[in-house]
Amino acid sequence: MSPVPPHSAQPDEVSFGRAGRPSVTSRSPNTAPERPAPERPAPERPAPERPAPEPGPVEADAASAPAIATRGLTKRFRSGQLAVDNLSLAVPPGSVYGFLGPNGSGKTTTIRMLLGLVQPSSGSHQLLGVPMPDGTNAVLPRVGSLVEGPAFYSFLSGRANLARCDAADRTADPRNAAARIGEALDRVGLTAAAGKHYRAYSLGMKQRLAIAAGLLRQRDLMILDEPTNGLDPQGTREVRGLIREIAAEGTTVFVSSHLLAEVEQICSHVGVMRAGQLVFEGTLEQLRDGGVARVTVLTADSDVASSILAGCGLADIQASDGSVSAQLGAQAPEDINARLVQAGVRVAGLATTRPSLEDLFVELTGEGFDVNG
Amino acid sequence: MSTADLASQPAAYRPAAARAWLRLLRSELGLTFLRWRNIALLAVLAVIPVLIGIALRLAAPSGGGQGPAFLDQVAGNGVFLAFLALTIMLTLVLPLAVAVVAGDSVAGEAGHGTLRYLLTVPAGRTRLLGIKYGALLAFCIVSSLIVAGVSLAVGAAAFPVGPVTLLSGTTVSLAVGLLRLLLVTLYVAAAMAALAAIGLAISTFTEHAIAAVAAILVLVIGSEVADSVPQFAVVHPYLPTHWWLSFDGLLRMPIAWGSVGHGLLSFAVYAVIFCAVAWARFTTVDVTS
Repeated sequence: MSPVPPHSAQPDEVSFGRAGRPSVTSRSPNTAPERPAPERPAPERPAPERPAPEPGPVEADAASAPAIATRGLTKRFRSGQLAVDNLSLAVPPGSVYGFLGPNGSGKTTTIRMLLGLVQPSSGSHQLLGVPMPDGTNAVLPRVGSLVEGPAFYSFLSGRANLARCDAADRTADPRNAAARIGEALDRVGLTAAAGKHYRAYSLGMKQRLAIAAGLLRQRDLMILDEPTNGLDPQGTREVRGLIREIAAEGTTVFVSSHLLAEVEQICSHVGVMRAGQLVFEGTLEQLRDGGVARVTVLTADSDVASSILAGCGLADIQASDGSVSAQLGAQAPEDINARLVQAGVRVAGLATTRPSLEDLFVELTGEGFDVNG
Repeated sequence: MSTADLASQPAAYRPAAARAWLRLLRSELGLTFLRWRNIALLAVLAVIPVLIGIALRLAAPSGGGQGPAFLDQVAGNGVFLAFLALTIMLTLVLPLAVAVVAGDSVAGEAGHGTLRYLLTVPAGRTRLLGIKYGALLAFCIVSSLIVAGVSLAVGAAAFPVGPVTLLSGTTVSLAVGLLRLLLVTLYVAAAMAALAAIGLAISTFTEHAIAAVAAILVLVIGSEVADSVPQFAVVHPYLPTHWWLSFDGLLRMPIAWGSVGHGLLSFAVYAVIFCAVAWARFTTVDVTS
């Protein structure tokens, strides 16, 4: 797998130095708040290149086998609703895998099947090379998880809640339980609030406690279902940092989300769900490459420019007052510029744009509001 | 589970299965007995015998054989307050307490979502269910002992205490009488344990604890009503509540095992059947809460 710089969030744009057309840079407003602007240069940690899976904490068999592999996984609930339809995932070991999809696209049901909470109607899956659900007791101690939001006993403190989780783990060593619990609380920054009752926790603290429960032991795989749901920008950022940290230790991270900003900043691989089906799986780069690049020319001579672009063999030419755009195809933009100038077109600006991840995402998953079932 | 499973663990620590069970059981017992709601339930169980004792002390029973069994003997011997309290509270209050805790056992965890975290640890479904029933057994024993213990103390404080005249007319020493009281208390605990198994099974069918509790109570009351209708005599021996009060055999000399044995058999059959139902359901159900 090719290492992907997870921070190259922007589509490669050649800027005009002028306001671009809305179609080029449009971001639907509903995702704007989830994109904290001052985030980009993560200060605490340089761009965490995904290391190739190295032998070490990961076992030999686990290093070669996909961390998660599903074959034809299907869940039809008794109500008849087809939540997950013939899903075949392959999560490379050592990757940070973003599991994307709109709400209701089957992400959580998939995660519940992966963890053995829900029985698949058909299909099979493996975690860390171990067939499930037969291997549940053997493999789940190596898997930390957060499923559909935090859930703990409201009348127990954060520390007591973790002790409860640890007591349930028959392979955990009770002799160092207190130390491990303290460490997990420390990693998520809850040490100061460890003695408070869970009911007094803010949503962010609850979410962190759930992550701490996943960190009680060294894990080979973390499955996190919308870990930043309900968090404020600071909390979101902390969780992102935590995920990077976990991944840097060699743990494969499978993180579901409907937040693109989150995924494009931390993930090396993505799978995109739509109505229970996987519509894309690959590296983030492959997802970006899937988008069709366009060239946009800012000019007062739009009529001439369109005919020149047509002459270059470009498809889908759209002309408007002051600008012309077309699909770039295999042409080099500098050649197009040269031909425009030769033809006497007064080029005020020329840019090539790729669709943003969000555009691609919407293209893959539909415009929303058409929730099936 | 199997040793092969454990052998594939990367963890260096391989606890004895029994120790791992005990650890979770201790956690479950802590959750059961340190929870304010359950403490309140136990407090109610402790207060009612006190009220009965005070009432009997203030208004000495008129005699005449009316009212529940043992009522007439209390004034003569405080030990009988314990038998009286157990008899009175078996009708509703003890089953209510057990129903609340049993109904909440699985449904409450499912409703709060903590079940999915326990199962992904993984606690193991069979193991978790076994632990849940273990904690329920402990609650049944503790609640029966509280009723017996508190009423014995109140009886001793408010009435004279001495050698116990059994139902068969024999008088035995106080020590033997107290031993018989312990046997009766354990019989009551066994009755409640059977009810707890029914409650555990019902609890695996819903994620609304209150629905499970209500279903258990409807079952108890329905069974008691059916048990009091002579026309249903054919089914009486098979009703879950029919044998609850059949501990009088333990108060004879020698012990008359007839009805006591029937009762214990009935409790065992109910416990086994409903534990099996709970297991079959819980190990296959989709946890979507």
